[in-house]
Amino acid sequence: MPATVEREKELIARIIAGETNLFHELIRPYERMVYLSILTMVRNQQEAEDGAQEVMINAFRHLKSFRGDAKFSTWLVTIAMNEARQRLRKAKAAQLESLDEGKEDREGDFTPAVLTDWREIPSEALEKKEIRQKLREAVEQLPPLYREVLVLRDLEELNQEETASALGIKVTLVKVRLHRARMMLQKMLAPYLITATPARKGFFGRMFQ
Amino acid sequence: MTLECKNVWEHISEYLDQQLDPKLLTDIEKHLENCEVCSAILDSTRNILVLTADDRTYELPVGYSERLHTRLEKVIREKGPSENESA
Repeated sequence: MPATVEREKELIARIIAGETNLFHELIRPYERMVYLSILTMVRNQQEAEDGAQEVMINAFRHLKSFRGDAKFSTWLVTIAMNEARQRLRKAKAAQLESLDEGKEDREGDFTPAVLTDWREIPSEALEKKEIRQKLREAVEQLPPLYREVLVLRDLEELNQEETASALGIKVTLVKVRLHRARMMLQKMLAPYLITATPARKGFFGRMFQ
Repeated sequence: MTLECKNVWEHISEYLDQQLDPKLLTDIEKHLENCEVCSAILDSTRNILVLTADDRTYELPVGYSERLHTRLEKVIREKGPSENESA
């Protein structure tokens, strides 16, 4: 569990005052968040691990510039997303995907995959490893602009304001991109979810008579 | 007001985040009660989000934490944050 805000403030003050070893304790709750933020963006484990180390080192070196008006976790994830974007830019693939496409920010015109013969993924299907693998692949296929919003909102579970702040965009844009990202995932994953799920027409037949 | 399916799809994300205004929420819930297609889309999207947040979907590499703290320890020993304020 992350330390409370008060506890974090105290830790930060003590680290800055010279008890630098406490930095280990400060960042421990966020190791996973930082790694996954970068991994989902750069899509390479080694890059993600190197990136996560750089982020934590940067956070240590610049701890004095943390003002305390944002949460420490938001500050950290901002550094992580910058690291991820930098690494993406360096990667050849990033040139093809382009981080600067603005024209995709229209809302609407999105058709989800229509499913009629199942209602919910049964818990057994959600337990299957293949579904998780498909999900990771689907997330990887999202354009970076949508992926970064989805990762912060739905994987790291930051709120809208924190997400907007970490990415340097407006809340309205977070909402638009998140919606599109979720709908893209739904569309990509629906076929796998169907094959993992027995048809339950009888159930629906009874339900809607 | 009667909503069409495509009007409902536009609001699935806000619905899941509980950000709809009460009037629209009522209309959408009324639609969902009678539309198995939209219900299935909503449920599938919700389940995908549950999976995304599930700790087992993404796992950390073995030894990640140890390597991170070992590297940090070196940096911490080199210099404290107070010596590097303007960096």
